[in-house]
Amino acid sequence: MPLVMLRKDSEGRLICYVPKKDLEARVTALEHDGEELWGGRLTLEDGESWYLEPISPRPGLPFEARVKRI
Amino acid sequence: MSALTRAEAEGLIQEVLEVYPEAAKQDRARHLAVNDHALERSKKCITANRKSLPGVMTARGCAYAGSKGVVWGPIKDMIHVSHGPVGCGQYSRAGRRNYYVGFTGVNTFGTMNFTSDFQEKDVVFGGDKKLAKVLAEIEALFPVNKGISVQSECPIGLIGDDIEAVARKSSAEIGKPVIPVRCEGFRGVSQSLGHHIANDSIRDWVLEGVTRGESGPYDVAIIGDYNIGGDAWSSRILLEEMGLNVVAQWSGDGTLAELKRTPQVRMNLLHCYRSMNYISRHMETKYGIPWLEYNFFGPTKIAESLRQIASHFDDHIKEGAERVIARYQPLVDAINDKYRPRLNGKRVMLYVGGLRPRHVVGAYEDLGMEVVGAGYEFGHNDDYDRTLKELGDATLLYDDVTGYEMEKFVERIRPDLIGAGIKEKYGFQKMGIPFRQMHSWDYSGPYHGYDGYAIFARDMDMTVNNPCWQKLRAPWKKGA
Ligand code: SF4
Repeated sequence: MPLVMLRKDSEGRLICYVPKKDLEARVTALEHDGEELWGGRLTLEDGESWYLEPISPRPGLPFEARVKRI
Repeated sequence: MSALTRAEAEGLIQEVLEVYPEAAKQDRARHLAVNDHALERSKKCITANRKSLPGVMTARGCAYAGSKGVVWGPIKDMIHVSHGPVGCGQYSRAGRRNYYVGFTGVNTFGTMNFTSDFQEKDVVFGGDKKLAKVLAEIEALFPVNKGISVQSECPIGLIGDDIEAVARKSSAEIGKPVIPVRCEGFRGVSQSLGHHIANDSIRDWVLEGVTRGESGPYDVAIIGDYNIGGDAWSSRILLEEMGLNVVAQWSGDGTLAELKRTPQVRMNLLHCYRSMNYISRHMETKYGIPWLEYNFFGPTKIAESLRQIASHFDDHIKEGAERVIARYQPLVDAINDKYRPRLNGKRVMLYVGGLRPRHVVGAYEDLGMEVVGAGYEFGHNDDYDRTLKELGDATLLYDDVTGYEMEKFVERIRPDLIGAGIKEKYGFQKMGIPFRQMHSWDYSGPYHGYDGYAIFARDMDMTVNNPCWQKLRAPWKKGA
């Protein structure tokens, strides 16, 4: 269950930062991306996928959370 | 002569790896690569931030160096105690040339060395009592200090001293912050973890309990500029000239009060990503302060950065940025007119710390020079991610390069200039290759900002075109 940080980069894209792995990757798909429900399956640009327990309502960014490997 | 082609560079790497035993070869192969613009992510081609192999020559430092030497050391109104044997602090004393203003020994302490000077008996019986005594003595002798940090050296962690308890007790006694930093040299694989530990200790002991303050519309902080040779000053004037209000400098010429005021700024401007991204990310999560990486080496990157910074503020600042760029243009033209003809086409190899292998590339290119090889002592993969696009395709990349590898690369490539650290300097000079020490600017500087560019260009010219390089062969060996 690594800790990740989700933030917007200067171009407004969602970025996932995994401190333990020095990985900064664009999130290419997010399962729930609504005002009511936010989270679920995260797909990163290098193809890796993580699961983030959906949060309601949508949290402000940047946001720190624990994610599960799928 | 132009740079190597991709095939040649790959061949060179293979050739260099040839001498290693099988296991070492496999390991080192992962740290050497040829830049490929097609790649987005560096981890496909290079491995970084791994333990150096015993038996190969590395140029890395330790976690204590990263914390005391880099992050904490420049905070000028605090006293940083090198807790442990005397050598770690004494041999690195003032070597980094973090300039500051103040009266050393009265209200600033940057170039002094404070140590608890561990002896055998302290290791056997524990050093907590001694530390408490040191802290009390410091307070008596230097009453104007604003706080003390305790920078642990290796033995402290090994014998399991409780420096946190001592720090809390002393802090209550002297009524000033006493900050324990667990940066024992053996932690992590290089000084990089020391940066992280130092950032975390600032988070836990300085910013803890500090709330987001009233912010002026143009308040910013300079993060990750250590004022080497005056770098932060030549950066700061540009930001102020464009209308921004620089509240804090982390940590070159910085003070404890500045650190504490940082949570009021609108934006953190991050120069050295490697050593201070942690605290920037923390302030972003905790206070919602955005951070922006910028680069003040060389006019192209400076103009780009000024515009990028300005784009986050209103028109007043945007105009300010344009005004600054226009104002310095004649200076830049004069520098380029003078030095470009002398430096054009010269090839450079770099091997520096955690930001310069990518940040100075633009400055060299402004002078018409070409970077043909680059590597980090302690960079991580996110550093290499940022490097790939800065460098030309097929540039040689080397992570935590060993003494042997670097020498072989240089022998083959024969660059016109090498920029690396003091450990590499004299070896390469004896090989007859011009060398600049790019950690602390070889006793020169500043190199940041427009004023810094003038000095940078002069220094590079002075080194590359120095007549001494023609005098390396004995006259009787020159032949006809
Ligand atoms: S590795 Fe340990 S003993 Fe060596 S300089 Fe660093 S803190 Fe001191």
